[in-house]
Amino acid sequence: MSANDAVVSARGISKTFGKAGVTALQDIELDVGQGEFISLIGPSGCGKSTLLRVIGDLVEPSSGDILVNGKTARRARLDRDYGMVFQAAVLYDWRTVAKNIALPLELMGFDRSMRAARVRELMHLVELEGFDKHYPWQLSGGMQQRVAIARALSFSPALLLMDEPFGALDEMTRERMNLELLRIWSEIGSTVIFVTHSISEAVFLSTRVVVMSARPGRITSIVPIDLPHPRTFETREDPRFFELVTEVREALHASGADAVEPDA
Amino acid sequence: MSTVAQPLVERRGAQRVRTWVPALAVFGIGLAAWQWLLPALGIERYLLPPLSDVLQAFWDNRSELLRGGWITFKEAAGGFVLGCSVAFVLALVLARWRPLGSALMPYMIAANAVPIVAFAPITNAWFGTLSPWSKIVIAALLCFFPVLVNTLRGLTSVRPESLELMRSYAAPQRVVYRRVRIPNSLPFVFSALKIASVLAMIGAVVGDYFGGSTEALGVQIVSAVSLAQYETAWAAILVASLLGIAFYAVVALAERLVLSWHPSIRAGVE
Repeated sequence: MSANDAVVSARGISKTFGKAGVTALQDIELDVGQGEFISLIGPSGCGKSTLLRVIGDLVEPSSGDILVNGKTARRARLDRDYGMVFQAAVLYDWRTVAKNIALPLELMGFDRSMRAARVRELMHLVELEGFDKHYPWQLSGGMQQRVAIARALSFSPALLLMDEPFGALDEMTRERMNLELLRIWSEIGSTVIFVTHSISEAVFLSTRVVVMSARPGRITSIVPIDLPHPRTFETREDPRFFELVTEVREALHASGADAVEPDA
Repeated sequence: MSTVAQPLVERRGAQRVRTWVPALAVFGIGLAAWQWLLPALGIERYLLPPLSDVLQAFWDNRSELLRGGWITFKEAAGGFVLGCSVAFVLALVLARWRPLGSALMPYMIAANAVPIVAFAPITNAWFGTLSPWSKIVIAALLCFFPVLVNTLRGLTSVRPESLELMRSYAAPQRVVYRRVRIPNSLPFVFSALKIASVLAMIGAVVGDYFGGSTEALGVQIVSAVSLAQYETAWAAILVASLLGIAFYAVVALAERLVLSWHPSIRAGVE
């Protein structure tokens, strides 16, 4: 792929924190194409969340160039080119589910009827119909995270940045959310960059898995995932799935990532 | 749904009555002890007159006491509004310009430890003994610090991801305050307002003690005691207490209305 049609193009990105000079990222080179689903995986402290924040212009890189949709990351943020989902749902307690989803639309000046119509579509997409008047604390963790995803999708960004969005969920809920996320991704056709420390989650979801190592945070290998779409519960029992899981695990070990959390 | 919800509501209603029973019983026992046990123990009238005498004194002096109560309540409410609004605005300024906050906060905390009622004679000198402003300022100063400190905490204790989210929407600071920081601060603000409502009443009554319009409640308490009219003094204290409780209740009610989204209120626990 050429750098022009890349949604994200990172060239020599490094990030050093503080006066002590902790190197979170070193010489990151990454191109993400239109419609890809990219997972960033690596041990704690490998800078995967920092890289995601550099792409979102929430953290400024110490050096290197980053283009998002062909613009500077800052310009892309100001143009609201991406939606962000965190590990915690980060819903506003004082807003109902519907109003949480509509928040970005409010900030962007959409009128009430357009917001209502869009919220209805999204509630359907994330299968939360009937919960629009609930408050966040009345929902389970999985439902809260679906609200956060709906909010990130509300203004139809071309790029979705997800920082361990299912990390706090139990295994059953996580697998169901993985399927739902893939369904949504195939419906809306946007690009996803997804941070995780679960190897099986990364393999199941992605078109490519980016393996990182810690101290300093570097990209050590990129594993293309050739599992067919649409992926289902059976995909996890496919021998090819196990081969790819093994391949990613070996890549993690080869990068010296012995500190990687046990795969949930 | 409704067939299930109905008995549940009834049960909750009955449960609510049951939870109030012990408190009401204690209230009744307290009043009875005041009326009959204290005289039986030989407690002197000047220490604590029996309840019926206090109620009689209230009835005989009801127009003076209620007028005095209204005057003192206005002082308290004026001080509450003044102190709380200045504190809220200052908290916004200090949260927005953090270096200013770090420069001023040590002095704010030190000032908070100052016994503010000690200034009552001084505010009389500033504003005139008969002016309500000398009491309003004492009440306002008492309200000021809890509201300032709590509001500041509420404005700044926002989880980092909340702010990152607003940044990802390219939201300007004004929007971050309106949509995130201020709503986030409201539970803290209302806790402080409840404390402030009590402090405002204390400030106004104590302000009265150092002189004021002869009609004010605190002045009536002082003069009744000096004339050995203990029943009247107690009746005035009763009026002050009821006004204080009513003030607190109004603020608590406002909290319930404004924070209807808050889990603690929805679940019916405090």
